[in-house]
Amino acid sequence: MTTSTAKAPARNAYLAGVRDGWPFIFMVIPFATLFGVVAMDAGLSLGQAMGFTVLVIAGAAQFAALQLMVENAAVPLVLLAALAVNLRMAMYSASLVPYLGSAPMWQRAVVAYLNFDQTYLTSVTRYENRPEMSTQDRFLYFVGVATPITPLWCLMTLVGIYAGAAIPEAWALDFVLPITFLAMVAPMLKSLAHIAAAAVSIIVALILYGLPSGAGLLVAAFCAMITGASVEIWMERRK
Amino acid sequence: MNYSDSTIWTIIGCLAVGTFLIRFSFLGLVGNRTMPPLVLRLLRFTPVAVLPGMVAPLVLWPAATGGQPDLARFIAAAAALCVGYWTRNVVWGIVGGATALYAGLGLTALL
Repeated sequence: MTTSTAKAPARNAYLAGVRDGWPFIFMVIPFATLFGVVAMDAGLSLGQAMGFTVLVIAGAAQFAALQLMVENAAVPLVLLAALAVNLRMAMYSASLVPYLGSAPMWQRAVVAYLNFDQTYLTSVTRYENRPEMSTQDRFLYFVGVATPITPLWCLMTLVGIYAGAAIPEAWALDFVLPITFLAMVAPMLKSLAHIAAAAVSIIVALILYGLPSGAGLLVAAFCAMITGASVEIWMERRK
Repeated sequence: MNYSDSTIWTIIGCLAVGTFLIRFSFLGLVGNRTMPPLVLRLLRFTPVAVLPGMVAPLVLWPAATGGQPDLARFIAAAAALCVGYWTRNVVWGIVGGATALYAGLGLTALL
């Protein structure tokens, strides 16, 4: 029965991704539903709301764009604000290069389409913990993590479009996002350097919160990365 | 909102292409070339550099309360962080945060 094991690792990498991706349905269900509700309130058609969700798949940027569209902002301003919110993903893209840079172009394009906070963070954690993973397994794992998330993201937007008005505000669905992100980042605080980076990220982001959407966060993230790397170098020298 | 249908589709199309290009950028163009060690070291801190800063304003000034600090939400955020840290497990972190949130909101409603 166990003679043909050549394919087993690849299949396991995909399934491992699915297993690690499913907890995010707790976040995707309320968040995507909320987008459906807000899109209808804003006056988008069903097709437009779904177009947003399927083509852009970037929660925070979608909300930012909608907010400005409700205010009838100029089109370039809407685009600039929403894309600024997404600029952090350029950092994600760069940080995936050491792990997936040698994958075929079409696989890198698939990963790019599916590259959002949840898939990125989950996958990078796995890659860091298992340096022996092959590039092929890394790709399969990434797609595995996205498998429970992306279709549900689209489906629940549709549910929000139809059932939206019935959801009571007391459920505090708005706060599912911060809780999930904090639960994701907490296990990654594995050294003094990581904790220092997180602290700087928080402080600078709060100070610069008044800046246009996304700009403060980019500066904060950059300061935090420099802090993390500096503390890490300092700790290595002390040994 | 008073955009025409074609304007709305233009916005959606530009955001779709723009977002994909941002996500594809380095992964697509750098590919297999090696990056300098210092850059790699900086990039390893990407997750802990981005997420805390993204979440902090949402925790301190939640939109749902009109930007007013809310004790239940603050405690829930602390619970998600602490449980996630001690258990090293995302699911338990979410469960801890959600439990604290609804316990806090329930208590606030009763008082």
